[in-house]
Amino acid sequence: MTNQPNLPVVPENAALLDTVVTKHGMFSPSAGGDTSGFGGLVERFELAPAAMKPFGGWFDDVSDAIVKAAAAKGLPTESVFERVSIDRGEITFFVSPQNLRTVMQVLRDEPSLRFEMCMGVNGVHYPFETGRELHAVYPMQSVTHNRRVRVEVAVSDDNPHIPSIVDIYPGNNWHERETWDFFGIVFDGHPGLTRIEMPDDWPGHPQRKDYPLGGIDIEYKGATVPAPDKRRSYS
Amino acid sequence: MSEQTTHSTADPYAGFTDTTEGRVHTVTGQDWDTITGAAAGQTERLVVNMGPQHPSTHGVLRLILEIEGETVTEARCGIGYLHTGIEKNLEYRTWTQGVTFVTRMDYLSPFFNETAYCLAVEKLLGITDQIPERANVIRVMMMELNRISSHLVALATGGMELGALSPMIFGFRERELVLDLFELITGLRMNSAYIRPGGVAQDLPDGAVEKIRETLDLLPKRLKDTSDLLVDNQIWMGRTVGIGFLDLPTCMALGITGPVLRSTGFAHDLRKSQPYCGYETYDFDVPTVDTCDVYGRFLLRIREMQESMKIVRQCLDRLKPGPVMVEDAKIAWPAQLAVGSDGMGNSLAHIRNIMAESMEALIHHFKLVTEGFRVPAGQVYQAIESPRGELGVHMVSDGGTRPYRVHFRDPSFNNLQATAAMSEGGQVADIIGAIASIDPVMGGVDR
Repeated sequence: MTNQPNLPVVPENAALLDTVVTKHGMFSPSAGGDTSGFGGLVERFELAPAAMKPFGGWFDDVSDAIVKAAAAKGLPTESVFERVSIDRGEITFFVSPQNLRTVMQVLRDEPSLRFEMCMGVNGVHYPFETGRELHAVYPMQSVTHNRRVRVEVAVSDDNPHIPSIVDIYPGNNWHERETWDFFGIVFDGHPGLTRIEMPDDWPGHPQRKDYPLGGIDIEYKGATVPAPDKRRSYS
Repeated sequence: MSEQTTHSTADPYAGFTDTTEGRVHTVTGQDWDTITGAAAGQTERLVVNMGPQHPSTHGVLRLILEIEGETVTEARCGIGYLHTGIEKNLEYRTWTQGVTFVTRMDYLSPFFNETAYCLAVEKLLGITDQIPERANVIRVMMMELNRISSHLVALATGGMELGALSPMIFGFRERELVLDLFELITGLRMNSAYIRPGGVAQDLPDGAVEKIRETLDLLPKRLKDTSDLLVDNQIWMGRTVGIGFLDLPTCMALGITGPVLRSTGFAHDLRKSQPYCGYETYDFDVPTVDTCDVYGRFLLRIREMQESMKIVRQCLDRLKPGPVMVEDAKIAWPAQLAVGSDGMGNSLAHIRNIMAESMEALIHHFKLVTEGFRVPAGQVYQAIESPRGELGVHMVSDGGTRPYRVHFRDPSFNNLQATAAMSEGGQVADIIGAIASIDPVMGGVDR
């Protein structure tokens, strides 16, 4: 891994999932150098660096409490989380789809956790992360302890199934429908998983990266401005 | 399932369909006798579509009601009529251009959308601490003025939907005072794109502080007209007291925030519990009521406007001269805006600098405006207290000059889920009050 300024520091013995992304193509360098955009630059970054214990502050309390309570419900201690990531002062627990419902139940019911509110679920599509293309991200809030954590679940494009948590957090009903609508993640056990924003007969899931934005080129006085998704990108 | 439609009249939408659940008659205004005649002897189940084009549904909201007489047995919402794909569009624009899009989401509280978006970008950039004091004060001031204008629309349209037309006239009249301030400060009444990553687009114009003070002196007198009509008014209370009941456990389960949550007596406000933009340094109260009903929610909005005016006054006292954008020239917009003969644009001094004096400044300007700045890879969740509750932004960057994914957790979207809990078992007319008390803005719901 090259030492570039936007690469987070990863501890040597961290449990790494395949989240290091390499980008090629027409983008600008982070600092100085070639500004033409045609230099064939290569850049690598990691999506969510794994954090090692101690996490610091209340992060350890929350993480220990989840592991302990989930173990009491029959999950093996070492596999409650796939990984824990701390970035910009926010903690993310990566959980496998099988463990999601247990972790959510524990987050809601355990007195030392008391995450009363799940602020919904949001999808993110990482087509380059083979086998873990679709992520569902649940921002959680504890009003009692005034804390926020994030739970993230990754599934593959071929088998995009995540258990629904609508019976645990009823407010997630519409959020799960929206995530199905936009990403095609199937929430098993949802009381009525239908499209919510797009029309019922809409083909495809618009927020996925392989779904084009669409749009038409603009012609004005003989010149043509390409549609937004065909314009030169530096990303 | 076999379906066939028979067009028995000239109206192509009227007629009946045979489904697995029996014959379904669609009524769109034809002769009622033909319907009652045809439906005679069958089990009756009346499903009424209210909206999406209906003056009482608070925008393009479609209510699907199953009714028995005047009693609602089931209520469901149909949304999506105002979906514009803003989140998708954001992935094809620079981080700065994104502000222009998000301001159009919840169009009654544009400054909250902008601030939430910018706070998230700044958190990803790690420059939250570098935002100049003056920019933060201006942001708070704009947000609180916006809270007043948004609540005024909530009272105005809520009143209108329940038949109280005078509050509507007064509400929109007073909102105009606030919109005039927005126009003076940002150039636009709505969709200002004024708050930018790193600060605000430009400083307050000359005379703005005096104009805001004038408005702040006038507003309380004018607001009294509205509150006189909506507080302790027996007719209004008859329509709102005890209606749209939603208690604290239900709010928690459904993730309801904002005035609806505070109407259960729980003073949860992110400005107090998780402050941003320096809210912890302002002196204000979080009003609550414990009635859990529509009347309480309207009372709360009236009181919240008073608190907002308190905050705006404190902002005006704190405004000290200084920059309104971060110092980092790799993020700050490279131009000074000024009003020219053809409207707002780059100041002549800046154009002279880049065109005649400094080649580097020209390159810098060109690169930053066309390509934008880069944001280190990672994800954040940033929540602020909008007039309707928790407005959360989940933002993912892959290290590029465009957002990788931005999701707005809009309070209207979430809170609309309470429609069924608030209105099932009640009267059809009370649904209107219940939804008005949520104050959903469909632009935010559908994005």
